[in-house]
Amino acid sequence: MAIHELQVAVRERDGVVVIDLTGDVNSSAETALNRAYAEAVSGGAAAVALNFEAADYINSTGIALIVGLLVQARASGIEVKAFGLPSHYREIFEITRLADFMTITDTEERAMGATEGNDDA
Amino acid sequence: MARDERLSAPVARDVAEQASEAVDLDALELDSPALRELKESGVKLAVPLVSQGELIGVLNLGHRLSEQDYSSDDRKLLDNLAAQAAPALRVGQLVREQEAEAMMRQRFEQELEVARLIQQNFLPKELPELPGWQIAAYYHPAREVGGDFYDVIALSDGRVGFVVGDVTDKGVPAALVMSATRSVLRASAQRLIEPGVVLECVNDHLCPDMPAKMFVTCLYGVLDPQSGHLRFANAGHDLPYVKTADGVVELRARGMPLGLMPGMAYEEKEMTLELGDSVLLHSDGVVEAHDPERNMFGFPRLKETVGDAPGGQELIDRVLRDLAEFTGAGAEQEDDITMVALQRSPAASSAPVSPNGRVLADFELPSTPGNERKAIELVESAVADLGLASARLERLKTAVGEATMNAMEHGNEHDPARPVLIKVLHSGDRLRVRVTDEGDADELGEAEIPDLLAKLEGRQKPRGWGLFLIKEMVDEAHVTNEDGHTLELVMHLEGGGDGDS
Repeated sequence: MAIHELQVAVRERDGVVVIDLTGDVNSSAETALNRAYAEAVSGGAAAVALNFEAADYINSTGIALIVGLLVQARASGIEVKAFGLPSHYREIFEITRLADFMTITDTEERAMGATEGNDDA
Repeated sequence: MARDERLSAPVARDVAEQASEAVDLDALELDSPALRELKESGVKLAVPLVSQGELIGVLNLGHRLSEQDYSSDDRKLLDNLAAQAAPALRVGQLVREQEAEAMMRQRFEQELEVARLIQQNFLPKELPELPGWQIAAYYHPAREVGGDFYDVIALSDGRVGFVVGDVTDKGVPAALVMSATRSVLRASAQRLIEPGVVLECVNDHLCPDMPAKMFVTCLYGVLDPQSGHLRFANAGHDLPYVKTADGVVELRARGMPLGLMPGMAYEEKEMTLELGDSVLLHSDGVVEAHDPERNMFGFPRLKETVGDAPGGQELIDRVLRDLAEFTGAGAEQEDDITMVALQRSPAASSAPVSPNGRVLADFELPSTPGNERKAIELVESAVADLGLASARLERLKTAVGEATMNAMEHGNEHDPARPVLIKVLHSGDRLRVRVTDEGDADELGEAEIPDLLAKLEGRQKPRGWGLFLIKEMVDEAHVTNEDGHTLELVMHLEGGGDGDS
């Protein structure tokens, strides 16, 4: 279980800007994550989707970073979605109530469609 | 009269095939050695036996006893006889061919069974128990048994030898060479100290009697369980992987396979396995497995699994799971698969019993950011045998990570010289992980309960989730101040807590 510093990639799909997260979402991810978010919203996107399919570790600092993104997104009226979370981290998103403030889906396809609430698949 | 060998002579075959009825040899004027031979042996008349257009035999007849020529009636009778006999003869031939084939198959199966028996007989019946180490092995022959083998040899001075090898070829020949190699290696290992010299000696013993085109790849390592010191040499075998705190590395040492050429020297290398390090010895049946599109499993995949999994049995299980996923359901195993996994457990070497139960692990980590990952990994492998459901194991891992981060940051102010101590204890239905720092807080700290809405509205800082997560993840969390500031995480092992959903 080596440490994998977060790598991010930003792409667009169906009007949603997707941020692909690869590696650890922890304190080392701060710069990369914030830069990716800035890039994602620079084009005036209405929604940003965080792709956690390749994120292998999320800790409390990572949660705080995501909260930080939500604060920014709320200020500018941008919807935040998340998909591809392993069940354990999905549970953590629910315990921390992050799931109440972002649309969480299993897959990217569902994230593209969903706008309200969370799927329970 | 069955097939006549002489039919294979082209002329005789041509004659017989073209003739649908009896042929008078004296009437044939051909310059053919085969014909001449038939005539010399007294054959007068050849009656072809034809079944479904295929010549399957010939009735060769000599002179009539009356010395008279064969009459046209005789010939008609013979032609009729041949027409009746040919199909019956064909049936007989087919039955015999099938019997021969069945016998071959049976012999082949028997040979496989013998190979399997030899092989299994020479694999260790049980693995030695080394305090502070977890040893696990896996061997599964392909249907057509190959020549894989492994061995774990307890040496007289307390050290332990590890062997993984592969004989080229399959079946009984490979099994016999394997058993010879294993015996010579065992004998040499007890007598000689350096693994390179052991392989040299085995090679020199094997060379004179090695069947052509056969050789043996073999890795031999000697471990001192007290110090973790591992010395090894390699005779052309796939390189083992070692997972260390710095990542996964290969154990490289040069050497030719055994049995090819006498007088070879084998390079010797060494390393020290630290607490938590794990080693995987493997045979090429793992990396050379194919998926349905004929892609190979390959070394990079195996290396990644070694890096991701704790060691020992769990590593082997993980590799097998990955392999099964890769090759697809129901795929037949192509080659023997052999693995030996060795891990220096993070536990204290003799697993002493403390008032709070059995000590599964007892280690310390410098307060350097990122070391919480090491803590998670060491605790995960220490509790591997407790059978925690995977969802609960994930919760424990998150709690351990957060507790370690708190201890490093708040207790020890990220001073690398101030270590975080972690102890894993098991008694009855309780698993306790104690994380101790040098701070003096006597409460759980982070008094503020995180409220996401308050954070989103800027009334709370985004941070401050650590302790909240810890309390949510484990069944109990307590603070004690007996020896330094300790956060104790408790998991109930049977039907406890919030379920295994």
